[in-house]
Amino acid sequence: MTSAPLYTLRDVRQVYGARTVLDIPALTVQRGEVLAVVGPSGAGKSTLLRLMALLEAPAQGEMLLHLNDERVTAETASIAQRRLLAMVFQRPALLSRNVRANVAYGLRLRGERNGQKRVEAALERVSLTHLANAHPRTLSGGEMQRVAVARALVLEPRVLLLDEPTANLDPYNVRLIESLIREQHTAHETTIILVTHNIFQARRLATRVVLLLEGALIEEGSAEEFFDSPRDPRTAAFLSGEFVY
Amino acid sequence: MWRSLQVTASALVFSAAVGVPVGTWLALTRFRGQRVLNALIYTGMGLPPVVVGLVVYLFLSNSGPLGNLAWLFTIKAMVVAQVIIATPLVVGVTMSSVRAVDPALRVQLRALGATRWQATVAALVEARFGVIVGLVAGFGSIISEVGAVMLVGGNIDGRTRVLTTAVVLETRRGNFDVALALGIILLTLSFAANLIMVMGQGKLAES
Amino acid sequence: MTKRRILILFLIFALASLTTLLAACGDKEKPAPTPTKEAATPLPTEEPTPEPAAPARLILATTTSTEDSGLLEYILPDFEAKYNAEVDVIAVGTGQALELGQNGDADVVLVHSRAREDAFVADGYGTARYDVMYNDFILVGPAADPAGIKGMTDAAAAFAQIAESGSTFVSRGDDSGTHSKEKAIWTAAEVTLEGDWYISAGQGMGEVLTMSDEMGAYTLSDRATYVARQATGLKLEILVEGDPILFNPYGVIPVNPEKHPNINAELGQAFADWITSLETQELILSFKLNDQSLFTPDSEAWRAAHSGE
Ligand SMILES: Nc1ncnc2c1ncn2[C@@H]1O[C@H](COP(=O)(O)OP(=O)(O)O)[C@@H](O)[C@H]1O
Ligand SMILES: [Mg+2]
Repeated sequence: MTSAPLYTLRDVRQVYGARTVLDIPALTVQRGEVLAVVGPSGAGKSTLLRLMALLEAPAQGEMLLHLNDERVTAETASIAQRRLLAMVFQRPALLSRNVRANVAYGLRLRGERNGQKRVEAALERVSLTHLANAHPRTLSGGEMQRVAVARALVLEPRVLLLDEPTANLDPYNVRLIESLIREQHTAHETTIILVTHNIFQARRLATRVVLLLEGALIEEGSAEEFFDSPRDPRTAAFLSGEFVY
Repeated sequence: MWRSLQVTASALVFSAAVGVPVGTWLALTRFRGQRVLNALIYTGMGLPPVVVGLVVYLFLSNSGPLGNLAWLFTIKAMVVAQVIIATPLVVGVTMSSVRAVDPALRVQLRALGATRWQATVAALVEARFGVIVGLVAGFGSIISEVGAVMLVGGNIDGRTRVLTTAVVLETRRGNFDVALALGIILLTLSFAANLIMVMGQGKLAES
Repeated sequence: MTKRRILILFLIFALASLTTLLAACGDKEKPAPTPTKEAATPLPTEEPTPEPAAPARLILATTTSTEDSGLLEYILPDFEAKYNAEVDVIAVGTGQALELGQNGDADVVLVHSRAREDAFVADGYGTARYDVMYNDFILVGPAADPAGIKGMTDAAAAFAQIAESGSTFVSRGDDSGTHSKEKAIWTAAEVTLEGDWYISAGQGMGEVLTMSDEMGAYTLSDRATYVARQATGLKLEILVEGDPILFNPYGVIPVNPEKHPNINAELGQAFADWITSLETQELILSFKLNDQSLFTPDSEAWRAAHSGE
């Protein structure tokens, strides 16, 4: 794991209407790490992830993405640079086409005609080969989420952004998706940013953890520090389950 | 009969070429005065065809601003009138069906590396059922339209006489049986067109 | 797979029914002994255009009565052959026909509303008005004749009696020549048009005859349309005819090229000359339905030739 910054955030604020929903004085994400972003509902986790996916630009401050020798922002990134990232949303929004076409979508966008093998491999990895021709509306929640994950994995992104990929899923699907994340990280050194409100999941997967509360960054540290010796009392409170979410 | 189809099909192609992009664009952008524009479009969906015909006539008339085109009493004039009748329908239905597509989907596709254009195309493809319904509605409204095409086409035998105007003529002549037969052809055409489109929808759903 | 099979079956059915229906109407569309274009072409040498150029286009704005009766279909092929022209017939109400001429959207008009025709020429929209032919108006109504007007010879008196008895009367109400005539008769009868008995339909003659038939009402019709409709089962009867006020003359007016330079004025004039010629007048006389001539020739040339009778 090389120690090179991938994201640097300075004084980043995001404002919706008149409300500041995210306010981060400084945050750095290292290349190759698995960063878990935890916090209760409404803390601004998804907002942070959308910024990192270059889907939105911050209202104030600066978020730089370091790609090779370039530093880009949401405004300056080229489509080729954007395509080094892939994000899976909290709620899987699938196309009304069959599962295989959904998984192939990102490759087709990139003009890759010979992606069939990769698509089949991705389907295999999420154990959906038998449902390749099924229509999304016939799938269970767990299956839909697995399609969404496969759709991102097949792109072999350099940065994988996952927004609560296992929320509301049964233990079987949780385990399956977690093992995919772990495998992606070890086999490809993909940088993974994982939003979750499940601290146990963060503990199982993350190398580093940040806690957001009401848009503010409360604590940031390696997984060990975060869980075993939190600096901020609110982190301890969050870990002990005192926040309702 | 082929003339009916020819006029309506070309009008529909024009309406679709204009209406689908405009409807998609309107669905995906926000600007001032949009509500007013929406209200205008919904009004346009119910434009009285005869009024459209009258306005088109006044424009294309030899004493009108576009008289030099010499389009009056030709197929072109009929196509123009039908395009004006059908386009608001296509725009309106495209707009509401593209709007009904989950906005999160487009953002999600952007997050998978889609350009703005690719995401928009995908949203339109998602809305395909609605768009097809819009086209079917447009087709139905113009193939069965009589007032406007009578006025601007002139119901000229062998030139601008279409099924609907022929029905009017034969009715006026008291040849009710012929008029009815033509009416049945008209219905059959409508039905066949709708059936083909509905079958097309089925095909799309399977893909 | 089954869907596709159903579709194909349906298409075959649809095509089959279309062809039969088309064949059926093809037979019926042509009434009376219409000379076909092919029959008319073999006698060309006598007239001006020798080279077979693309046919010129003449737009004729006329009343529905001339087209609906089948007269135009019967006589026009002769003109088209002689002048290598195609006549586009726009059959509308007299009001709209004159309006089309006024806007330069027609090259020649053939209508029947004397006062408005004269005004049209006086205002400079037409070059001149020529007598063509006449048919007459008839007062038709149900056999029961609730107003008791059968056999009257004074149309205005008959109208007054209809109004008095409150019997239903259906008016064209479309500013057509027939409607103008009807209004003139009401004026002569000194009747104010008020009440449920008077129905203004806003439709063509054919529709109005159908309405009257269905409602057991009286109406004023031109004889041509009435006779044509009689052949298709109309039950209304002729109750009043022969009053000079019921005389319905048709005039032809070439549109004035000074107002609209890009109209086909030459061919418009040629049409007026042709339709008033003795030869065409004979043709008009020979147009019959149920053994009745529907239009009586009445051009200057015709009157001159028959003045001795
Ligand atoms: N597009 C938006 N417009 C207005 N408010 C928003 C929007 N998106 C999110 N918010 C608000 O911002 C806050 C943070 O939301 P989010 O980042 O989704 O939180 P989390 O993912 O941690 O649950 C919430 O209070 C939410 O209501
Ligand atoms: Mg969220």
